[in-house]
Amino acid sequence: MITAEQAREVLARVTDPEIPVITIEDLGILRDVQVEGERVVVTITPTYSGCPAMAEITADVRRALAPTEVEVRTTLSPAWTTDWMSEAGKDKLRAYGIAPPTHRVAGPVPVTLGRRGTDLVLACPLCGSTDTEQLSAFGSTSCKSLWRCRACREPFDHFKAH
Amino acid sequence: MQTSADLDTSASALRLGDDALILGQRLAEWSARSPQIEEDIALMNLALDQVGAARALLTRAGELEGQGRDEDDLAYLREEPDWSNALLMEVENGDFGRTMVRVLLVAAYQLPLYDALRHTSDEVLAGVAGKAVKEVTYHLDHARSWVVRLGDGTQESHRRVQQGLDELWPYAAELFETDALTARLVERGIAVDPSSLESPWRAAVEDVLREATLTVPETTWRPTGGRTGAHTTGFGYLLAELQHLHRAHPGASW
Repeated sequence: MITAEQAREVLARVTDPEIPVITIEDLGILRDVQVEGERVVVTITPTYSGCPAMAEITADVRRALAPTEVEVRTTLSPAWTTDWMSEAGKDKLRAYGIAPPTHRVAGPVPVTLGRRGTDLVLACPLCGSTDTEQLSAFGSTSCKSLWRCRACREPFDHFKAH
Repeated sequence: MQTSADLDTSASALRLGDDALILGQRLAEWSARSPQIEEDIALMNLALDQVGAARALLTRAGELEGQGRDEDDLAYLREEPDWSNALLMEVENGDFGRTMVRVLLVAAYQLPLYDALRHTSDEVLAGVAGKAVKEVTYHLDHARSWVVRLGDGTQESHRRVQQGLDELWPYAAELFETDALTARLVERGIAVDPSSLESPWRAAVEDVLREATLTVPETTWRPTGGRTGAHTTGFGYLLAELQHLHRAHPGASW
């Protein structure tokens, strides 16, 4: 029987179906791996509640551990935040051309009905210039926004801080 | 054996889930019809967030109900009178301006609602709310910027977004209605008193309308009935589109 440590090691190599350079461990969505009897119980958490990749990730987790019996549990609480993403994961995103989430102060985030600042300054993951602008708060997946670099003229994705 | 407390919580999760699913379905009607590609993507993101929350909420409603119904049974196999969404979620999209007015009116309601629901004594609802509150913040920002742009835009855009606002405004009152169910749930610390959300909602919406040079409508007409299953004519067509595939091919999977 596989141990929880061995299972975790295998699962740490499972990549995100939308961003194949980053693993589910880097992303921080691999929450827990336990062995219960003959089964491995894997707990994952979605980045966004409607994330359609969860079904694919569940299937990938099962495939990675086959033929061991696997139960995949999805938990919403505590809510995933970009703070769960590893530094190595952020470096991989940047190298892939996606601006990683910018660091956020730890602690409770005030929820407000007032106007939110759009004063975020992002470095272009391609040329490094900070002369960039947001084109849309919504991108090709729920977790990303769409940006453009004014210096090298390239569009790029930003993994939203969340 | 389900207790009456379980059934109350189930009904509460169903109201939240129905609101989210029906609004998500309306927003999804814009797929490939939006004025520009970025907006198409944005609207589908909004729809996806709503549908994502709805899935978790309907699943929870089904568990607590204890009849063995899952999210699909609740989404695809209920008839009109069994749906408890507010009418504001189901009325037709109208033009793009009216669609954005609805997103504004709903997001300004869902934000304080989900914020408060993070502290509900139901762990699952609290988990859904914790995620949704962050997503809805984006929805509100997005709607605000469009409503301001259209309201304070050309004569034509101003006229149309004001018309959309005039048409939708009366439906908002239903969101803040209380009944015996909400009273019992508030007492148990499960739900938020809907009437307590009206003043933060109004302040946030009026702030946007002022900036958008739009006029707050005055109306005495207050359509209601969605929570108890009395829906608008267009709702039947919405359900037909939502449910036909599942009903035509029961049990199909791929």
